[in-house]
Amino acid sequence: MTAPALTGGEGARPAPGVRRRAAALLHRRPRLRLSLLLSAPLAWLVVVYLGALAAIFLTAFWSTDVFTGEVVRRFTLANFRTLLDEPVYRTVALRSLGVAVAVTLIDTAIGFPMALYMAKVARPRHRPYLMIAILAPLWAAYLVKAYAWRVMLQQGGLLDEALKPLGLGSPGYGLTATVLVLSYLWLPYMILPVYTGLERLPDSLLDAAGDLGARPLRTFRTVLLPLVFPSLVAGSIFTFSLSLGDYITVKIVGGSQQLLGNVVYDNIGAANNLPFAAAVATIPVVVMLGYLAAARRTGALREL
Amino acid sequence: MWSTRMALAAAATLAIGLTAAACGDGGSGGRASGAGQGGFTVPKIPMQQSLGAGEGEVDLVAWAGYAEDGSNDPKVDWVTPFEKQTGCKVNTKVAGTSDEMVTLMKTGEYDAVSASGDASLRLIASGTVAPVNTGLVPNYADVFAGLKMKPWNSVNGVSYGIPHGRGANLLMWRSDKVKPAPDSWGAVFDANSPYKGAITAYDSPIYIADAALYLMSAKPELGIKDPYALDQKQFDAAVQLLKAQRGLIGEYWSDYTKEVQAFKSGDSVLGTTWQVIANLAEAEKAPVKVTLPKEGSTGWSDTWMVAAKAKHPNCAYKWLDWIVSPKVNAQVAEWFGEAPANAKACEETADEHFCDTFHATDENYFSKVHFWTTPIAQCLDGRTDVKCVDYSKWTQAWTTIKG
Repeated sequence: MTAPALTGGEGARPAPGVRRRAAALLHRRPRLRLSLLLSAPLAWLVVVYLGALAAIFLTAFWSTDVFTGEVVRRFTLANFRTLLDEPVYRTVALRSLGVAVAVTLIDTAIGFPMALYMAKVARPRHRPYLMIAILAPLWAAYLVKAYAWRVMLQQGGLLDEALKPLGLGSPGYGLTATVLVLSYLWLPYMILPVYTGLERLPDSLLDAAGDLGARPLRTFRTVLLPLVFPSLVAGSIFTFSLSLGDYITVKIVGGSQQLLGNVVYDNIGAANNLPFAAAVATIPVVVMLGYLAAARRTGALREL
Repeated sequence: MWSTRMALAAAATLAIGLTAAACGDGGSGGRASGAGQGGFTVPKIPMQQSLGAGEGEVDLVAWAGYAEDGSNDPKVDWVTPFEKQTGCKVNTKVAGTSDEMVTLMKTGEYDAVSASGDASLRLIASGTVAPVNTGLVPNYADVFAGLKMKPWNSVNGVSYGIPHGRGANLLMWRSDKVKPAPDSWGAVFDANSPYKGAITAYDSPIYIADAALYLMSAKPELGIKDPYALDQKQFDAAVQLLKAQRGLIGEYWSDYTKEVQAFKSGDSVLGTTWQVIANLAEAEKAPVKVTLPKEGSTGWSDTWMVAAKAKHPNCAYKWLDWIVSPKVNAQVAEWFGEAPANAKACEETADEHFCDTFHATDENYFSKVHFWTTPIAQCLDGRTDVKCVDYSKWTQAWTTIKG
């Protein structure tokens, strides 16, 4: 069956066969070859990945029948009008944005020095162990970590006891707790890209800056920071987008607070109002597109 | 170059999306307009008249803990004996919310569902479930009279399901921190409450009914007769009350383990609860007490319903009869922590005081309980001169309340 095509005798067999002709065609036309090769994964990307996004966007313009709960496929702007008219959605969107920004700032403040230490100060043979220490929390399930924080944050819990000598106590369940737990959860995603960026930075550049008389602070400001900035932005994309879409942490330690994710979840889970949930879901998508567009200008997308 | 490709991808995405939309439009032309905006037109679906041989299997949608086959606890198993006795293999799909149940049943893949009152009416109205011939369920005779032919399990005198069990939402407090002991829901709505920041409430739009229930006695001039039938004015008053309560709330709960832990640690000291949560908290040595406040309470009453397009109707009926049989009903009630539906179940419980703890025989207790039911535009209390606020508005209001 396959033998003729493989041996490829010259006219010895009656017909060279379709396979051989196809192979010749593909050989002559590299573009055709490439597009055939890529069509399956591309179709997957477009249909499943982008298609799902498009479906969300389209659904946002539909509505649900109040009584039967079925989706009415008729174009309407009512969902977006509700989003704009009801001040509560603006409050929730701004609160989510605030949480995402706070988490990103905290993770930058903690993650950058840690990455710097790992890449430039620690001995090279210690680096793998530090890396494992950073990655280890990722091996535990998200829910387990969130619930562990819930117990630590409770009245008379670990945090309360630890802060008592300082005259402080646990912040209790609320936005502060949410920011705290999210910062903990997403910290590795900030450290890793920054560490990679710093590792690629040749030590000679820092030495040269020193040789030319720059003090450490100036070296940091004019050499280190500009070169690592794209990595920082790359890390912030993770912490920012993960925080913006989160709804479980805030359910566990957020007390009476709600974020955008909860509004989406409530509209799917409780109200069965998919179109409105889709409309709410477009808010973080739009925010992230803006963020990514800004990040692209810094060249951070190449660091991902 | 890069942006050209992006544009192409975007165009392709849009094209696919539009095609999908067009297809969708064609498919559902007739269905969406089937039910009127506020009216309650019940689709005519025939009731099963006689019971044949089992079909060999049955597909259920159930709350967690309602169809245990021993996989959670080897001692808790009433599915295997059923399979042995009837030859019907049970396939259970556990649903987390009433809305998930409605969605699952609409797929037409399931034969029976354990619907709460806030799902049952929607299933009936959309023609997803069929009337149930109670004559084919011998154990129905022993079900408490207080559970039969209720607005959430029957329409126009036709029964749509077999009652499974019921429970009340109670007021729970930490007896060491809350003094004197509260006897009114006013304790969780009091703007000057000394327990500000340690009050908890149920995280669901249906909790608006709890506020309405309190207003029934606190503000009689509003004329609320049924906490699930609120016209716009009454609804606004309830929402207003909850917005004020928002400042007192430490945490909204929807996950019962979360509430047990919060009461144990003292993060919550006062708020709404279920009997099973109180039992668990006591078992963990939290000094809690519960009461049914003087205003009465909201609660749940679950119903087993049969799908209109059931592929295994005979096995479904056999399951309905099995789950309300005295022994099994007692097992389910004890495992889940609710009052059984079958009066004879009280003699079968492992804990002999079980039915007293859960007030199973206490009709006076349950007469004060307003069971969850889906708010619809047509007022459930019989008023025809006003339109009531429907559940989708309740959900949006709930988001506004939490702010």
